[in-house]
Amino acid sequence: MAEKAYTPRKRFGDRATDWLYPALTFFGAIVLWQLVVVATDIHAIVLPAPTTVVARMYSAFSVLAENTMPTVIAIVVGFLGALAVGLPLAILIAASSTFEKSCYPLLLGSQGVPKVALAPILIVWFGFGFLPKVLIAALIAFFPIVIDTVAGLRSIDPGYIYLTRSMGASTAKIYWRLLLPNALPHMFAGFKVAMALAIVGAIVGEMVGANNGLGYIVVVANGNLDMALVFAALVWLVAISLLLTGLVELIERISLPWSRKSRNQFMDHLRA
Amino acid sequence: MIEISGVNKWFATKDGTVTALENIDLEVGKGDFVSVVGPSGCGKSTLMMCVAGLMPPSAGRIAIDNRPVAGPVTDVGIVFQDALLLDWRNVLDNVLFQIEMRDLSKADYIDRARALLKQVGLSGFENKHPWELSGGMRQRVALCRALVHDPPLLLMDEPFGALDTLTRDQMNIDLLHLCEGSNKTVLFITHSISEAIFLSDRVIVMSQRPGRVVEDIRISFDQERKLDVRSTPRFGEYEKRIYDTFRNLGVLSG
Repeated sequence: MAEKAYTPRKRFGDRATDWLYPALTFFGAIVLWQLVVVATDIHAIVLPAPTTVVARMYSAFSVLAENTMPTVIAIVVGFLGALAVGLPLAILIAASSTFEKSCYPLLLGSQGVPKVALAPILIVWFGFGFLPKVLIAALIAFFPIVIDTVAGLRSIDPGYIYLTRSMGASTAKIYWRLLLPNALPHMFAGFKVAMALAIVGAIVGEMVGANNGLGYIVVVANGNLDMALVFAALVWLVAISLLLTGLVELIERISLPWSRKSRNQFMDHLRA
Repeated sequence: MIEISGVNKWFATKDGTVTALENIDLEVGKGDFVSVVGPSGCGKSTLMMCVAGLMPPSAGRIAIDNRPVAGPVTDVGIVFQDALLLDWRNVLDNVLFQIEMRDLSKADYIDRARALLKQVGLSGFENKHPWELSGGMRQRVALCRALVHDPPLLLMDEPFGALDTLTRDQMNIDLLHLCEGSNKTVLFITHSISEAIFLSDRVIVMSQRPGRVVEDIRISFDQERKLDVRSTPRFGEYEKRIYDTFRNLGVLSG
């Protein structure tokens, strides 16, 4: 057989430059920030230097650590709640045209509601604490999950449907063995956006009405003109959000090795 | 085996009704390898979709083994122009997809799946994934998937249309070997005249839209069907006859 099997190129992350370049840019920006603060002698209430922020993070370590779990739990529960509602809804929309006609336009229209602005209402209804921030996180994470799952379920070549019908497969089987696995790359794109939004939702919830969590720390520190702690909490949040979105990415890589590889095969041709 | 009588198919489009098939009458006997050739857009794929029960004819009737076709025919293996493999399954599991979807036991068919892959030169590739294969290899996997449950009927819609000439020749030979002695009925849609003659017991020639059957040619050769058969005078006569038909229809000029 003269034909050769295709060998995929290295994945992102396998080459040293994949990590080195962004790291250099990052440290360059930090150094610039430090230099600007030192050179202009700007007050720490306005813009603390990176070194001040790091020092404050160290001194406030226990406060930050204590308030991490409430935020992380709110994000994760909100995200999972959005999945629990969004996935069945998306399958219903894809499977039933009656359901699609009655719900989908309303769902799209409801995106005009600024969900963050619902926070005060939710607090009136559910009080200060855990529930409102979870609800806000779930509300804004829910939309990309539904949209991308519906798009994924529909992204099937009709030839596959003909093929499976000729195999005598039931509709349920076609969903499980064909449509859902085929939709997973689309769905994960939605999950990643949803995770990022769940983080925003939980933080907003904490800023508007909560008695713990990193969003709450930001508000309190701001009130105390402790700008170094505000920045320290923000850096902390960035780390958490990188970890959580990275976790979604990791689950994608492990569970769908085919998606990355078959996609990279085409992308390699577009890249230098 | 297949009886098609008075089949018409029209589609409603923005510019009015388009007739894709007009009064098709055709009988395909058990164990026959029948090719349908015609210019693109002549409705030959539509005809196959109707036979497979995946598209209802607008008028007329189709029966397979005396049973009228009223929904998807399942006692069949189908190969389309696109291999339609599942990216998340390796080669062997793609072949066995047929078995899973039919609720048959994979254990009973795994040996047959491996044997078929070996016959088309893919032994050693069982654990590769579709994206690691060339177009010809993918189509071979699709062919094995269509045959793994040993269906009495094989429907093929321009299965080798997207392949280069050399790969196509090899696939033709592979297909003949796979069908040899199995007494399968094959309905093979193609736009390649030489492919149709090389493979078939009968070649059905269709006109451009609206698609009608204009010729029904029995093909037989004195010698075994190997690529050499294509340079025999008999083969040339068949080819000339089909080309003349297309010329008379105005599909070809000059």
